[in-house]
Amino acid sequence: MQILEDRKQQVYRKGAEPFRLECNRQSAVGSVSQRACVFCGSRVVLYPIADALHLVHGPVGCAAYTWDIRGSLSSGPQLHRVSFTTDLREMDVIHGGEKKLYRALCQLIDRHAPKATFVYSTCIVGVIGDDVEAVAARVSREKGIPVLPVHSEGFRGTKRDGYRAACNALARLTGTGSVEGVSPVSINILGDFNLAGEVWTIREYFEKLGVQVVATITGDGRVDDIRRAHGAALNLVQCSGSMTYLAKHLEERWGTPFRRVSYFGIEDMSQALYDTAAFFERHDPGIRDRAAALVRAELEAVMPGIRDYRSRLEGRRAAIYVGGAFKAFSLVRALRLLGMKTVMVGSQTGLDEDYEELRRLCDDGTIITDDSNPLELSAFLAEKEVDLFIGGVKERPIAYKLGVGFCDHNHERKVPLAGFTGMLNFAREVYSTVASPVWKLTPRRQRKERAK
Amino acid sequence: MTEPVAATRNACKLCAPLGACLALRGIEGAVPFLHGSQGCATYIRRYMISHFREPMDVAASSFGEAATVFGGGENLRRGLRNVTRQYRPDVIGIATTCLAETIGEDIAVALRGYDPETVPAPALVRVSTPSYRGTHVDGYQATLMAVVDSLAEGGDRESHINVFPGIVSPADIRYLKEITAGFDLDATILPDYSETLDGPQLEEYQNIPAGGTPLAAIRRMGRARASIEIGRALAGAPTAATAIERKFGVRRINLGWPVGVRESDAFFETLAELTGRPVPEAHQKERGRLIDAYVDGHKYVFGRRAVVYGEEDLVAGIAAFLAEIGIVPVLCASGGESGTLEAALASLGVEGAIVRQGADFATIGELARGLSPDVLVGNSKGYALARELGIPLIRTGFPIHDRVGGQRILHLGYRGAQQLFDAVVNTLLASEQDRSPVGYSYL
Repeated sequence: MQILEDRKQQVYRKGAEPFRLECNRQSAVGSVSQRACVFCGSRVVLYPIADALHLVHGPVGCAAYTWDIRGSLSSGPQLHRVSFTTDLREMDVIHGGEKKLYRALCQLIDRHAPKATFVYSTCIVGVIGDDVEAVAARVSREKGIPVLPVHSEGFRGTKRDGYRAACNALARLTGTGSVEGVSPVSINILGDFNLAGEVWTIREYFEKLGVQVVATITGDGRVDDIRRAHGAALNLVQCSGSMTYLAKHLEERWGTPFRRVSYFGIEDMSQALYDTAAFFERHDPGIRDRAAALVRAELEAVMPGIRDYRSRLEGRRAAIYVGGAFKAFSLVRALRLLGMKTVMVGSQTGLDEDYEELRRLCDDGTIITDDSNPLELSAFLAEKEVDLFIGGVKERPIAYKLGVGFCDHNHERKVPLAGFTGMLNFAREVYSTVASPVWKLTPRRQRKERAK
Repeated sequence: MTEPVAATRNACKLCAPLGACLALRGIEGAVPFLHGSQGCATYIRRYMISHFREPMDVAASSFGEAATVFGGGENLRRGLRNVTRQYRPDVIGIATTCLAETIGEDIAVALRGYDPETVPAPALVRVSTPSYRGTHVDGYQATLMAVVDSLAEGGDRESHINVFPGIVSPADIRYLKEITAGFDLDATILPDYSETLDGPQLEEYQNIPAGGTPLAAIRRMGRARASIEIGRALAGAPTAATAIERKFGVRRINLGWPVGVRESDAFFETLAELTGRPVPEAHQKERGRLIDAYVDGHKYVFGRRAVVYGEEDLVAGIAAFLAEIGIVPVLCASGGESGTLEAALASLGVEGAIVRQGADFATIGELARGLSPDVLVGNSKGYALARELGIPLIRTGFPIHDRVGGQRILHLGYRGAQQLFDAVVNTLLASEQDRSPVGYSYL
């Protein structure tokens, strides 16, 4: 396989000097990037806010492909799971979509009584020049709820710019609610999207430490919580790519500090609890002990199971390709806990410092790649004789076609992988694909057997 | 009557570029290429992977701000060269997205002086598929038309026939090949994604999945004896078959989807007429078993009420099949706006159903609630409604995102009807059995 000239600087093998990996740039044209677009970035970030109405202003495709797309659970309203679109047609494109947008908003707000509405601009809205801000302001005035434009035209950058557009919309919402009853020992959980109910697990841990959770942004998110999120004492930011913009806004505007955390894997989960405890120790001297006790109890519960899986997974080889690089750090560490070696790792939207960190974490010879494509990924899987590939839906058939095990660590997971119990689930997931007897029948495995 | 709803709520249709990608995946050595945003390609890939569970590579010219303002010509040329280097394709199908169309991209102009840098250069097919015009069905048909328009050649009449099957499953296409082979017919089926989108495990990754209609077979389509075009919703619209008829005088035979006995009979009779051969015994036997099964199961289904939704042709075919076995299609709905569904249903003898075109799942739900249906028949996107109504969903068509095997569902012919019938009867029996306080063990 020949790596495209346009992409040669986006693949690095650890050990080669000097370290150089280009990233955070527009995808090489014609490369078949695994990335989506600005709209996708905004849509996935805001999607889990369950009592908001999400209206995609554009032709049908953008809404159709994002209908119920994430397994982000809500403990209450389910409005986020309905796909609303202005479904623009040729005449709308010619004459402008503002009237249709106005009518759609009014009707939908009357019918569904949402707490707020997000209006996502898609590519052509930016081109035909609809004044979405003006329509949103008018409807907001008339209906008395926030109507927030999301400037997510697909071509205006990368998925990362979509995160920023989503955070800008959220920033307009924060600071508009009452902070009455918010404790000095309180946090917002940023960047967990409550896949398979993960945010509930995390929230419970923090509540056990005596920390109030003001808003979960955006997993199991609620508009009123986000409106008062500026009252929290600390922001914990997971999935740094998507939510750092909002954390920085809250820091600049309201002086709220933030900490980067991850809830995947034992080490990172523990660290998140310890960091939080350290932050609040001046208000609550007992919190550090409670954190230690919690970690100890949780570990006692899950470690026997994890050790058992480790004994069966030791020495296996894994490849990782995920959206955000931050998740990859946790995965490398979590796989190491299972005795597995990461031989390839990449992300869609990593930054310089992320790849530097990955280089630090990984062993010599590991392939590190930014914004890869199916042909490269399939070649890396074959070259590195990988037993397990971790990614999302678009990576799955690449692994399966080559007879390689796969674990979905993206929108489609149905089992919580975060927290201490999540680590045990993760071990089970990995084992259930790696240990399946079906691989014995696949051509690649049979060739290997013959070669022995 | 309240004012019409301006928004589409849970669309019962997809966008035109998806149809283009599906059609192009059925051409040997072809890579679909979307001219516009990167996101369209990725979303479409994801949507199709979740159904077919196969690699589904779609390239894009990945417009940024500059391309949007100054034109995407350079992105297109560079993208085509990159695709050619990576994939070594025989064909690149360039479909436009709404972005490229809205800014008025002229691909012909952009390709003037384009140097592919490889010999032989891949054939380029261009098709206009803005998301704001029509649905995935229109994108699919437009692509097939563009393919034959740019690749088919005329000449002395030959003995083969062309078959344009519409958006059917890979299993349907495999079965169509078996049927035409049974008549000793040399048939070119376009598209043919029976292997590209339902392929075997591999030892080495294939850049472009093996299979698909060969380029040589597409070239000779203009010399065919006849074209069979499956789909009544197409009646009157320009299609690949009409293009070949107009350009090369190849007779076009338009048939409904051969779903159920009657429409399958018409399909088999057409093949018998074309070849002067009787319907092979194996198919006659399958037909015999099918009708025998209809009799065995008729009481379990009689008078049951069904809501059918999806692409117009699928809906017409399934509704005719249901009517044929004694089920009442009470609502036939499609997100498509061809305007032909009502006539197609009438010509198939389906009467009394509410027919809605341009419908979304919210509308389907609102209508269905008043119709007390027993079953939904359509793609997996009706699951939420089935769950709400507490009735079973029989999965047919595209997409099936919540089960394995969507690519292997057979809809067409006697064999497809047999599988559909067994699925319908057993689904209804199962739901009754589960609800029964007795739990009968003989049904």
